[in-house]
Amino acid sequence: MSTAIHLAVLEIWRNKGRFALFSMVVALITVLILFVAALGEGLGTGNREFIEKLNAELIVYQDTARLSISSSRVDGDTQRAVRYVDGVREVGAVGFSSAAVMLAERADPLDVALIGVEPGKPGQPPVRTGQGLRRKNGDEAIVDRTVAAVAGLQVGDAITLRTLQGDEDEFYTLEVVGISESQKYGIRPSVFVPLLTWDTVRAKGTPGRSTTAPTGNVVAVQLEDPTQIDAARRQIEARVDGVQAVDRRTAYENTPGYTEQQSTLSTQNAFALLIGVLVIGGFFQIQTLQKVPQIGMLKAIGTSNAVVALAALLQIGVVTLLGVLIGSLATFALSLGFPPNIPIVFELNSAAIAVGSILLMGPLGGLVAIRNSLRVEPLIALGLSA
Amino acid sequence: MKAALEAQSVTKQYQSGNNTVNAVDDVSFGVGAGEFVALVGPSGSGKTTMLAMLAGLLQPTSGTIAVDGHTLSTMSEAERARFRRRKIGFTFQANNLIPYLTVLENVELMLRLNGEHDRAGRARARSLLVLLGLEERLDALPSQLSGGQQQRVAIARSLINRPAVVLADEPTASLDTERAYQVVETLANLVHEQGSAGIMVTHDLRMVEYADRVIQMLDGRVDRILSSHADLACLANPAECRMIPSDVLGYGIGTTAAMRA
Repeated sequence: MSTAIHLAVLEIWRNKGRFALFSMVVALITVLILFVAALGEGLGTGNREFIEKLNAELIVYQDTARLSISSSRVDGDTQRAVRYVDGVREVGAVGFSSAAVMLAERADPLDVALIGVEPGKPGQPPVRTGQGLRRKNGDEAIVDRTVAAVAGLQVGDAITLRTLQGDEDEFYTLEVVGISESQKYGIRPSVFVPLLTWDTVRAKGTPGRSTTAPTGNVVAVQLEDPTQIDAARRQIEARVDGVQAVDRRTAYENTPGYTEQQSTLSTQNAFALLIGVLVIGGFFQIQTLQKVPQIGMLKAIGTSNAVVALAALLQIGVVTLLGVLIGSLATFALSLGFPPNIPIVFELNSAAIAVGSILLMGPLGGLVAIRNSLRVEPLIALGLSA
Repeated sequence: MKAALEAQSVTKQYQSGNNTVNAVDDVSFGVGAGEFVALVGPSGSGKTTMLAMLAGLLQPTSGTIAVDGHTLSTMSEAERARFRRRKIGFTFQANNLIPYLTVLENVELMLRLNGEHDRAGRARARSLLVLLGLEERLDALPSQLSGGQQQRVAIARSLINRPAVVLADEPTASLDTERAYQVVETLANLVHEQGSAGIMVTHDLRMVEYADRVIQMLDGRVDRILSSHADLACLANPAECRMIPSDVLGYGIGTTAAMRA
């Protein structure tokens, strides 16, 4: 063991340039893999965050909408019918649209998801500063922290939204009453307004408020017993005509393009990992070929296969570990420079899986080199074959 | 003299198409402790194959090889590897040294492999290198050494464990005459002093000057064994005794043409 460490460490130390260069290659692969993973997480989070964090167990759609939020309309009567199903504690209509937040110091406005919620009802996000929406038709808003950070908003500030009404852009000024955690929807940060206000502000073909009571796209449903999701779902669908109820996960997985996007990014990540394995394995393979006479001599003087293999494995481990460490630190440093509206999220689990994969896959790729080094025939390596 | 190394009826056969070739054919000889033997012969005579079998790197087709009383052919590959690092010292033509280890570290490597890398072992390595005139080069890397210096380091490594047998395969192949003499003389002296059995394969007949015996191989067999001082002197310095090597060996080998010139 100590001889293998001695050989491995001294070879690395006395060939610092070569091994450092390769560690840099591993570092770049690590950066690539971490960024692809972060991009996947960022896009996934950007699509599902609001629904994933929703303070409700079920989401009720119009049944013909086939779980498409933009196609779904759930009117007040249906919402009330859902409310009175056994096991339902509270419901809240939620409407989805989009708007642009005008930024004082920047030319380009910030695109946001404009989400109409009922004050105090499921759908309204918890705030981390300020307070929740107070009035059903108030000119007030909760902004998520991304909007607050990009627009430089604090509680009590005014926010101006721009939407298209008919053929004209209209501007609406609201008071920021609260700031929530990040609540992205459709890869955009969110602004929450009372449903009645939402009905006024949202882009429409005809300016003004709807003549009838505002209709949300879906209904967020809180249950008396959150463990009985499936039973409650069946109850709602049986008791209320024209609706489909699903849990949050089913809801965001059926967001158009979500599954396809995630599988594309997973494939990219798998390819990046594969490239990493091939590069690391290839490097040590080439190094083994260069060291054939040396390995042959080591074996001829009686060095065991275990020492030869362990020395190679240690080198692969050290080079990979160093590369991953540099790559992770570089990724972290780079991530600090990204603006908050870029959909990149470094989630600990997915980053740990990516890093763990490189640490595991690198030595696995190098095993081919180790296997070859054990097969080196001293006689041939030293030119002693007859 | 008790034989530290003994080859008994050793044969090595290879298949060449449908033919069986005897690379080594029924060879028997012994080398005593403290004896330095030169193994000579033309290319294809079987001396390199013989050396590989003596080192336990190649298994004979038949016959036995015993080193220090242990029969190599009954050992597994792992046992032979362990035995080599304890009982056999090796010097090759080239690629002798680990390029990223210093002179001292290269010699100490054998101590590490045998679990003897203690203070006494390190002192022995240092004094052996001093004895070989390398006291100024202990921390040098092989790439910073001349060919002769590299071979001397290899000799130190082959002897550091006081092996029963020291094998050298053409140790002077890449050296000029002066350095070749120095290297072989040093090797022979240390073999004598340590009481190892030394065998050197060489093409260069001038180097047999330092040998106690010359075993000449031809077509896989031992053709003759020369041990008289007069024969060895003539072989090494044919001009002085008005002979050419072929007169001594019965055929022309190695540097014969050059010597005639």
